[in-house]
Amino acid sequence: MRNTLLIARRELAAYFRSMSGYVIFALVLLIDGILFNAFALGDGEHRSAEVVAKFLEYTSGLVMISSVLLSMRLLAEEKQTGTIVLLTSSPVRDREIILGKFLSGFAFLAIITLATLYMPLLIMVNGKISWGHLFAGYLGLLLLGGTTLALGTLGSALARTQVLAAIISAVLVTTLLIAWALAHVTERPFNEFFQAIALYHKHFTPFMQGVIHLRDVVYYGMMIYFSLFAATRVLEARRWR
Amino acid sequence: MIQVRGLTKYYGDHAAIRDLNFDIASGEVIGFLGRNGAGKTTTLKVLGCVLLPTSGTATVDGVDVVANAHAVRAKIGFLPDTPPLYNEMSVGDFLRFAAELRGVPSRQAAAKVQAAEEKMDLREMHDVPIGSLSHGYRQRVGVAQALVHQPALLILDEPTSGLDPIQIVEMRDLIRRLRGQHTVLISSHFLAEISQTCDRLLVIQRGEIVAQGSEDDLAESRGKSAIELTLRGKIETARAVLSVLPGVVEVNDHDPASALPGEVNLRIRAETDLRAELVRASVAAGLDVLRIDQAASRLESLFIELSRNDPPTADPTSPASTGDAS
Repeated sequence: MRNTLLIARRELAAYFRSMSGYVIFALVLLIDGILFNAFALGDGEHRSAEVVAKFLEYTSGLVMISSVLLSMRLLAEEKQTGTIVLLTSSPVRDREIILGKFLSGFAFLAIITLATLYMPLLIMVNGKISWGHLFAGYLGLLLLGGTTLALGTLGSALARTQVLAAIISAVLVTTLLIAWALAHVTERPFNEFFQAIALYHKHFTPFMQGVIHLRDVVYYGMMIYFSLFAATRVLEARRWR
Repeated sequence: MIQVRGLTKYYGDHAAIRDLNFDIASGEVIGFLGRNGAGKTTTLKVLGCVLLPTSGTATVDGVDVVANAHAVRAKIGFLPDTPPLYNEMSVGDFLRFAAELRGVPSRQAAAKVQAAEEKMDLREMHDVPIGSLSHGYRQRVGVAQALVHQPALLILDEPTSGLDPIQIVEMRDLIRRLRGQHTVLISSHFLAEISQTCDRLLVIQRGEIVAQGSEDDLAESRGKSAIELTLRGKIETARAVLSVLPGVVEVNDHDPASALPGEVNLRIRAETDLRAELVRASVAAGLDVLRIDQAASRLESLFIELSRNDPPTADPTSPASTGDAS
């Protein structure tokens, strides 16, 4: 665990030292603010719960996109610059490298996500919000973001370059997003399978409504685990090449 | 310290290294010499637990690099051909990170970093971002990260690569200072870069060790005849009979993997061409001679080529240094 935290701390500092980290941070806040003002608040009167749900919907899209962008550098950049050898020649286990990388990205993503919290809090100026709804929504955002980040970590482990890593990660995330659409055009048992693995509709929508199902928490937890497990195996396989 | 037996690594159908056998004693400074693509980096990566061999064994301090890579990594410091540096970090922060990554406790890290910076003359660069350092200083930071945790074995892959003649001399001096503190394995494709620094040289060509010994030994061996011999019979008998012949300098196993059952391949170094005497002695001892061949030309030509590529030498007493931070 010491090595994991050591790697995570260095990586997190690297996000704050890099221009790309600040650019992603600023763009998420800017675009989320515009979407919140234009569509979630919109014209006329809305129920506070509806505004929060709309806000969570827009923010979830931004969280997924920023996860892919944040994760692309995690391992691909180290391979491009050759710094991966520092980690692989040190007494650090591959799973500690992967977990440390993931935790750094997740911490940065959590900071970005929590920085959007001022927007739903603005609703309190003219209305009331349920703290439970907000808690469920942000838990959902972090779980969804964690899952796309873990898929991105796998993409970054597979790719030689950051651009390729972003493409692989985007393909993985998109595949899991459109699984929901596949469920509508297939028959049992395939439609149930596609519904179950779909990244967004079945598992994130309840969080948007302020509902926490253990089933959804377990789904995201398992997706993170399997993605990081696969990324560890990919890193281990590098020693054979 | 290092024992390598039959080490082989294939990339697809291409053998990067083939049947390497060598030993390195504790405290030795060894130069690993060969042209680009000869197999130096692959060998060092296997010893550095970055790459797995296809077959054969390698142990560091008695610990197998495949079966117990984690334990071996704790004993070594590795500088790959491209120094693994994070440009956004300062030299001090980076060395502290490298030290803690290699298991140095946090409270001891500052002292270890200071010691490594002093060894590599980097104290003034402690707070300088690595991205703004010159190539010479980057190489020094690369060596410093490899030794910051004071490992028993230092593996340095081309530490003088890309340096100008004055920087090469400085790096040589820095590496010389490591003598007695670590076992050091340095690779290079230039003879002059490492010959003055090392106790012994291992010469590799096309993935095989073609010679080993001190520079004087190798220079001497160029003038001597090397004979390859394939016999049918017992290796003990062959060694006993051939090694006592007048003029024979050394009798070694050669390419044992390709020998058929009951056969032995030997490489014999001799003062002169002793092929007739070797055949007579073998037959008299009841050994069948299956093949005999002269094999001096390969080392001869390689040595000339490595020497011809020598970089220009610089005056080691020159006060000028091009290793300044830019």
